[in-house]
Amino acid sequence: MGEFIKIENLCHAYASSQDEQVLALDHIDLTITAGEFVAVIGTNGSGKSTLAKHLNALLLPTSGDCLINGLSTTQPENLWKIRQLVGMVFQNPDNQIVATVVEEDVAFGPENLGLPPAQIVERVETALELVGMSDYRLHGPHLLSGGQKQRVAIAGALAMQSQCLVLDEPTAMLDPLGRQEVLQTVKELHASSGMTVVYITHFMEEAAAADRIVVMGAGKVLYSGSPVEVFSQVALLKELGLDVPLAAEIAKRLRENGIDLPENIITDEELAVALCP
Amino acid sequence: MSISLKNVTYTYMPKTPFEKTAIDTINLEIQRGEFVAIIGHTGSGKSTLVQHLNGILKPTQGTVTVDGVDLHDKKAAAKAARSKVGMVFQYPEHQLFEETIYADIAFGPKNLGLTEDEIDQRVKRAMNFVGLDFDQYAQRSPFQLSGGQMRRVAIAGVIALEPEYLILDEPSAGLDPRGRDEIFQEIVQLYQSSGITVILVSHNMEDVAKMATRLIVMNGGKVSLDGSPLEVFREPEKLKTAGVDVPPVTALLRLLKLRGLPIDDSLLTIDEAVATITTALGERKEC
Amino acid sequence: MLTDITLGQYFPGKSLIHQLDPRAKIICVFLFIASIFIGESYASYALMAGFVALVLALSSIPPAMIAKSLKPLWIIILLTVGIHVFTTPGRVVYEFGFLSVTEEGLRQGFLMSTRLVLLIVVSSLLTYTTSPIALTDAIERLLKPFEKVGLPAHELAMMMTIALRFIPTLLEETDRIMKAQMARGADFASGNILRRAQSMIPLLVPLFISAFRRADELAIAMEARCYRGGENRTRMKELQHTGRDWAAYGFMLVFILILVYLKFTAGKL
Repeated sequence: MGEFIKIENLCHAYASSQDEQVLALDHIDLTITAGEFVAVIGTNGSGKSTLAKHLNALLLPTSGDCLINGLSTTQPENLWKIRQLVGMVFQNPDNQIVATVVEEDVAFGPENLGLPPAQIVERVETALELVGMSDYRLHGPHLLSGGQKQRVAIAGALAMQSQCLVLDEPTAMLDPLGRQEVLQTVKELHASSGMTVVYITHFMEEAAAADRIVVMGAGKVLYSGSPVEVFSQVALLKELGLDVPLAAEIAKRLRENGIDLPENIITDEELAVALCP
Repeated sequence: MSISLKNVTYTYMPKTPFEKTAIDTINLEIQRGEFVAIIGHTGSGKSTLVQHLNGILKPTQGTVTVDGVDLHDKKAAAKAARSKVGMVFQYPEHQLFEETIYADIAFGPKNLGLTEDEIDQRVKRAMNFVGLDFDQYAQRSPFQLSGGQMRRVAIAGVIALEPEYLILDEPSAGLDPRGRDEIFQEIVQLYQSSGITVILVSHNMEDVAKMATRLIVMNGGKVSLDGSPLEVFREPEKLKTAGVDVPPVTALLRLLKLRGLPIDDSLLTIDEAVATITTALGERKEC
Repeated sequence: MLTDITLGQYFPGKSLIHQLDPRAKIICVFLFIASIFIGESYASYALMAGFVALVLALSSIPPAMIAKSLKPLWIIILLTVGIHVFTTPGRVVYEFGFLSVTEEGLRQGFLMSTRLVLLIVVSSLLTYTTSPIALTDAIERLLKPFEKVGLPAHELAMMMTIALRFIPTLLEETDRIMKAQMARGADFASGNILRRAQSMIPLLVPLFISAFRRADELAIAMEARCYRGGENRTRMKELQHTGRDWAAYGFMLVFILILVYLKFTAGKL
């Protein structure tokens, strides 16, 4: 499989309110293959949102390069192609819905692409179906729950036929039910269509659904590996102020108490099997 | 000394097609000194319920009394009773408006008509409670702070009213794990050091189970469970209907017990869990 | 509660009038308003009233709703009647101190107030049977030809859409901030005007900050979805005139022709 996202030596600097140059992203190297589901975790201020905005050319590198499907975001002529390829879902569900009716909002992207009306209708229908929101086609967005609004936002990206979905803390403002709803939708889309997914979150149970987790801190990629590899780094995660899956933490403490346990325990089930064979 | 709700019902938009009863004949008494967590999923009525506790919403039916005074009396006593109950709304940083942190925290005390000296004292105490250094922060703009810090300023603005009952609606919403832990730590410290009554609204059992002395689980506008955390967790069926999970530690311990490890599955903290598992494993080796 | 306010006055339905192209409706309303001034005789007024009654019946909007839209304007209607009745010179039928009522005055008062009522009924029929989003669309299309002379039709329509979209959100937000400040002892309701204006600061500042933040985030979200203004943009629902709409224009034309005919033949009947 090809590289869908290739970030090379990327730095992003901005001027702070005190007029100092701040490096939000500090020499990032990251490659994401087509069809991969990558979770990015890190505390607020670790640079993960800044990174997300580079993937859609909403922000441009100060130095280094960001290639989407081989297209550099630094070339102005690539801009619209990149934005069509990479769909974004943001944190606040309210502030990304443009239209007053659900289907009109999903149509917003394809309308900007200048597609013929019949094709837009078709795409909107398919997209709403894929996220399970067909019944809400004619609803006003202010009548939807947070989870439903995020699903509409996902449908908006699908209707542009994006090949990659970048979700920037899509569940931070949702209740547990809404969080499940969004994660489930993303998981299903990834499984059924092989879409590339970049999922930024600080909820560990969501990150655990990914093929790979990238840990960010202070503008750098600190660690990258499978959920099992990342979550067994209990000390690193704690030091960064991140949560650790409960089973991993208890396993670590039990090992410290002299109990012999394997290193790769991250779920309750795995701990139970190890403790009560 | 308590907040007491008698047969409280609240209906949104009565007599319209949008009519919706958010809470239904609630009877509840919250005693001075309790740390109560009110849990339920979105739409369970928990936010509507707490907005009755300081008189922001007026019950469609029933009465709410604070320390024996009806909050919706016309008298001055009712106003005084309402001011005993402080309320921190969801995303409280959205209510900040002053140019300096000091002025914003002082807004509430000023409205109470206190003297400059007393206001100054209160701002200092409130900032201390939420862990913001007075000299460093008092004269800075609240809008240059990080999200977690802004939230603490907003909470300080309510604490400065020095209420006897403090309600917090989802105080950790939208924060990262570190910000969440810090806010909860400060609330627990405030509770322990000042003897204030805390009423915490949350949809996350994990966050509140460790701190609260009493849990109230709301479902469909009614109280479905009310008791100590241990009592409440003994009702997994009712919790499930209410859409609330048992805390992860409890869930893990239950699983281990089910698998035959002789442990106490009613514990709530990681320390306790590690201790009980270690002991159980030690005993197993001996046999 | 602020969020109790229902927005706009769109009354959903499936009547013939609902289904007309919004552009056709806007144009017909303008034609009707213009033609009101052609009518001078009782006969033409009867025709106009009949026309409105027919449209009202076709729209299946309950007449009580129409009455509601007239309610806030009854003072103006009464005033119109009064001014005409007392100030039109002519054959005096009744004297009332220094005021005199003339036959011509009565006639003028009656006709003018009828005009006013018809005008209000027709324009509220437009907003009752057309959703705000359809109106916005129609306005964009109708203004399109003026883009050549520099009128930003697409931008105006986009602004209207976003405003409509965020009214409920900002109302909810206002409600929440108001409650939060009231919980800190803010008092929005008492004191003189100056004091009240001052007491709005704790509400308005957070509301503006939030509105700007929302605007900023929405702009980013729109750009992320390839928004680049009205150029090359298509619409999912292209407005299209159907047989119904041409029939409506035809009907309108006949109506106007009859009015013109009445003006020249029936005289001041």
